[in-house]
Amino acid sequence: MSKPKVGFYWCAACGGCEEAIVDLNEDILKVVDAVDIVFWPVALDFKKEDVEKMQDKEMAVCFVNGAVRSSEQGEMAKLLRKKAGVLIAFGSCSHMGGIPGLANFTTKEAILENSYSQTPSTVNPEKTLPQESFKVKEGTLTLPSLWKTVKTLDQVVDVDYYLPGCPPPVDLINKALGAILEGKLPAKGTVLAPDKALCQDCPRKESKPEKLAIKEFKRPHEILIETDKCLLAQGLLCLGAVTRSGCGSVCINGNMPCTGCLGPTSHVIDYGAKALSSIASLVGSNDEAEIAAILDKIADPGGTFFRYSLPASLLHRTYQPAKEGGK
Amino acid sequence: MSDKLNTNKPWEPRIIAFFCNWCTYTAADLAGTARMVYAPNARVIRIMCSGRLDPQFILTALREGADGVLIGGCHPGDCHYQEGNYKALRRFTLLKRLLNEMGIEPERVRMEWIAASEGDRVQKVMNEMTEHIRKLGPLHLEPKAAAMAAHGAGAARQGAPV
Amino acid sequence: MSASDSKQNGAPKIGVYVCHCGINIAGKIDVAGAVEFAKTLPNVTVAREYKFICSDPGQELIQQDIRDGKINRVVVASCSPLMHENTFRKATKAGGENPYFFQMANIREHVSWVTTDKAMATIKAKALIAGAVHRVAHHKSLERTRVPVNPDVLVVGGGIAGIHAALTLADSGKKVYLVEREPTIGGHMAQFDKTFPTLDCAACILTPKMSAVRSHPNIILWSYSEVSQVEGYVGNFKVKVRRKPRYVDETLCVGCYECIDKCIFKKPKFSDEFNQGLNLRKPVYIPFPQATPLVALIDPETCAEFRGGKCKKTCAEACERNAIDFNQKEEIKEIEVGAIILATGYKTFDAKRIPRYGYGKYPNVYTAMEMERLVNASGPTGGEVLLRDGKKPKSVAVVHCVGSRDENTNRYCSRVCCMASLKLAHLIHERTEAEVYNFYIDMRAAGKGYEEFYDRLLAEGVHFIRGRVAEISDWATTPEEEGKLIIRAEDTLIGVVRRIPVDMVVLATGLEAQADAEDVRRVFNISCGAEGWFLERHPKLAPVSTFTDGVSLAGACQGPKDIPDTVAQAGAAAAEALALIDKGFVELEPNTAYIQDEFCSGCKTCIGLCPYSAISFVADKNIASVNGALCKGCGTCVAACPSGALQQNLFTDEQIYDEIKGVISYV
Repeated sequence: MSKPKVGFYWCAACGGCEEAIVDLNEDILKVVDAVDIVFWPVALDFKKEDVEKMQDKEMAVCFVNGAVRSSEQGEMAKLLRKKAGVLIAFGSCSHMGGIPGLANFTTKEAILENSYSQTPSTVNPEKTLPQESFKVKEGTLTLPSLWKTVKTLDQVVDVDYYLPGCPPPVDLINKALGAILEGKLPAKGTVLAPDKALCQDCPRKESKPEKLAIKEFKRPHEILIETDKCLLAQGLLCLGAVTRSGCGSVCINGNMPCTGCLGPTSHVIDYGAKALSSIASLVGSNDEAEIAAILDKIADPGGTFFRYSLPASLLHRTYQPAKEGGK
Repeated sequence: MSDKLNTNKPWEPRIIAFFCNWCTYTAADLAGTARMVYAPNARVIRIMCSGRLDPQFILTALREGADGVLIGGCHPGDCHYQEGNYKALRRFTLLKRLLNEMGIEPERVRMEWIAASEGDRVQKVMNEMTEHIRKLGPLHLEPKAAAMAAHGAGAARQGAPV
Repeated sequence: MSASDSKQNGAPKIGVYVCHCGINIAGKIDVAGAVEFAKTLPNVTVAREYKFICSDPGQELIQQDIRDGKINRVVVASCSPLMHENTFRKATKAGGENPYFFQMANIREHVSWVTTDKAMATIKAKALIAGAVHRVAHHKSLERTRVPVNPDVLVVGGGIAGIHAALTLADSGKKVYLVEREPTIGGHMAQFDKTFPTLDCAACILTPKMSAVRSHPNIILWSYSEVSQVEGYVGNFKVKVRRKPRYVDETLCVGCYECIDKCIFKKPKFSDEFNQGLNLRKPVYIPFPQATPLVALIDPETCAEFRGGKCKKTCAEACERNAIDFNQKEEIKEIEVGAIILATGYKTFDAKRIPRYGYGKYPNVYTAMEMERLVNASGPTGGEVLLRDGKKPKSVAVVHCVGSRDENTNRYCSRVCCMASLKLAHLIHERTEAEVYNFYIDMRAAGKGYEEFYDRLLAEGVHFIRGRVAEISDWATTPEEEGKLIIRAEDTLIGVVRRIPVDMVVLATGLEAQADAEDVRRVFNISCGAEGWFLERHPKLAPVSTFTDGVSLAGACQGPKDIPDTVAQAGAAAAEALALIDKGFVELEPNTAYIQDEFCSGCKTCIGLCPYSAISFVADKNIASVNGALCKGCGTCVAACPSGALQQNLFTDEQIYDEIKGVISYV
């Protein structure tokens, strides 16, 4: 009997998810043994035409990482959805938008302006910008178009499962692969990570007090972070209470607060809004001016609470009133 | 968004109001008993305390099509449950900063302290807020919530607007 | 109560009932249109309209549909849930469904009564109906928990209201704690001479009741005490009472006055509060001869021993019972009661706020309360109405509405001052044969025998001038006016501005809420109205209840009123307390928070947020746990829970999200 066919693809991504696969180390041999990888641009030479030639659902499983923010990525997402039986959003970017999702705090015009004119080491007096199509004597050159808004994978195609994390922890990848190979996947739409927050598994949980009243928020570079005490209790913006467990608390063990890459539990519909609600609730003051002063210390609420989840959030992107309709 | 059932009428602001049971909702009832007339543009959702207000509610309201959100709570010090309104204030303060960052005009999301006997204040706030939003125009957060797959559920539309 | 305890009852089949409420709703809202609209909503199997759904036949419609199996959820679009939520929940239960499969849409108080445009009103009504329909689909069955009720009652305030309430309750066999701030009970009524319209002597009708309080085996009287803290909830209040030190042992003192006679101050030197500062008292004193309890007290502000520490303490020496104790300390008593009655009374308007009336400037301008003490036989002048120089006045003005019915001070009418002014006019005329002039705006004489009393005054030759007094001064313009106080007022019945010179002026000052009403109401977790009076649950149908179950109001603390109404309210408040206690239990609303254990990560965010300490951390399971009996259902913890493991019965995230969708998605 032939081995199940598997594909990997990357959209707007950093390559970290690909490295996560490689991080399986010896376990990757088990994977390679059990499946046939028929598409993996970073590692193998299969082309888009090879995928187009496949039957519908010929691939048993396809893992897509990266957010979707260009016409090429959108096209590939749709193609892979067609050719895969099970489509899995792999990593924070495809799950919630990830770091590329931060582009939704600004506009396409501002991004191009910044990248091609404003950065310190750029010299571009004619303000040349990439063009989607450009005639040269040999013909017309085309580039995929950059979308105005970064989307999560499931805002473009139907997604069967999510493997969260930036990148997904090796442990979770192994469990997911095991479930796939044994044919024991849970209900469609499930996020393949424990449905409880990180505090449950955090090595510092015992030091978290029952009553926290935060008088001052601190940033990691401002204090000497104690290694055995709850980070939120030290005034750092640790989002472990809002974030799924399953990563082995790596950041905490690295003495840094959790930034929320595994996303929310299943009972929360907007990660950033819940995180904001939870953290603000703990401010230790009832005076309007004092509350504002304490919260002002959070330098960048958008970036802090929606670091990985802006496209997936109810806010989705900055609002542009009137004509454009905020697209 | 104009009334689906009657597209001939000019656009009317649609506001969702979250009123706490003990003060604001009671005050709105009092305004009713006293027959104080005010703009009918806010649809009231009753919660027991403004402390129940989850920022996810506000964002859901905006995403589902509201042009504005009004939150009503007891005056500081008067919360029936001691401190619920202070917690609401803490969350609202932070959410407001975020909404400003996202470019949503400040008049669209408003928190007001209204005591149980202040029916006239309900009237005033409803009228004021409706007029402010009328000047701002419809919010039109696109795409609509149904078109955006909340994570975990899947089912996006083909050809979602970009 | 956890999520697993409450059940769904199968796929939702929703019945929508839109009420006409006569023309209250139907006059503004297209009810038939709303019913048709409701039929298009998801899960709606039945939609009806009816004239008055709260009536028996109206409720029967709902019950029949349930019995016929057509519906298992109910939405009623009518008045406010604060009005009829319980009515319809009972109806739902009577039909055979759990009462919590019910939701109301408020289309009367929030729509038909406040909107002029019919089309807009109908749109808003439809939106609210859709919200309720969406929401109720997610409701689950819930049960109320029963908690026993403590049979003891706390009455705060020992005026006529508190006294009557306490006696009524004590006579029925209940134990009553009567806490009074002043050193004696009796309140303002003890300061009056005669009461209108019967001219009963106030002391004669009051002191027997005060005495009954003192001797009643079921009443624990704590005078010179204040309530400092109230915790708990209806049927189970925990109260702390602060007993201020009198420096006299209440159990030993017999009120013999020896300590007062032998005080080193041979003559009284300090302002006597009970007599409105019209005479003086010593640092050790008894407020008035019929004070209850009849126990002396020492004022540390004026007593030489407290101020300098060098007194001979002749008072202690004189006391045969050794009742004086300069080392007495404040005592905090902790009690548990099932019901609380607030009867904290009123204060009088400060006449100095109207400088043009000359109070505090001209010695012979008095307030009504000061005049009460003058005409009182046990007052500073032995019942004689005398000017400051000891002479009898030949002409007296009584000015109505001082501080009341006035945009600049209090908008409301203080209700009792017209009658009090008539009474004083009668007493002054009787004692002095002076010419008495009453300056009034309207004559408010609505009670039994009141109008007849006014007739009597007219017959007695008291002069009535209909006009608000503009100014009182001593600027004489003619020789006859020299040495007199000149009242300037427009006599509106004849259309002439008059100058009336008098020897003495009595200002009928209005009633106001006590100065610390705002602080007191916070202690008891109730509200104050816009005018400062304690807020009743409903001005017509529930004038003695408050929005806080278990706390009732009696007397002037709820609004200005005379003695008959005060006594009636005191009886009503006592009846409410008795109804609660005799039932024996309270059923707690099941809108409590609960934790879905399988999703709780033990992050402890919720624990410190609960003002009732209802959430605790279970260390061996690493999760939090909510005590349903302590939870009051505010939902603050739910909004903060970072993983959504905490939810609130009747206000789950799911229910509210769908309600939001409902109100905004259709119209």
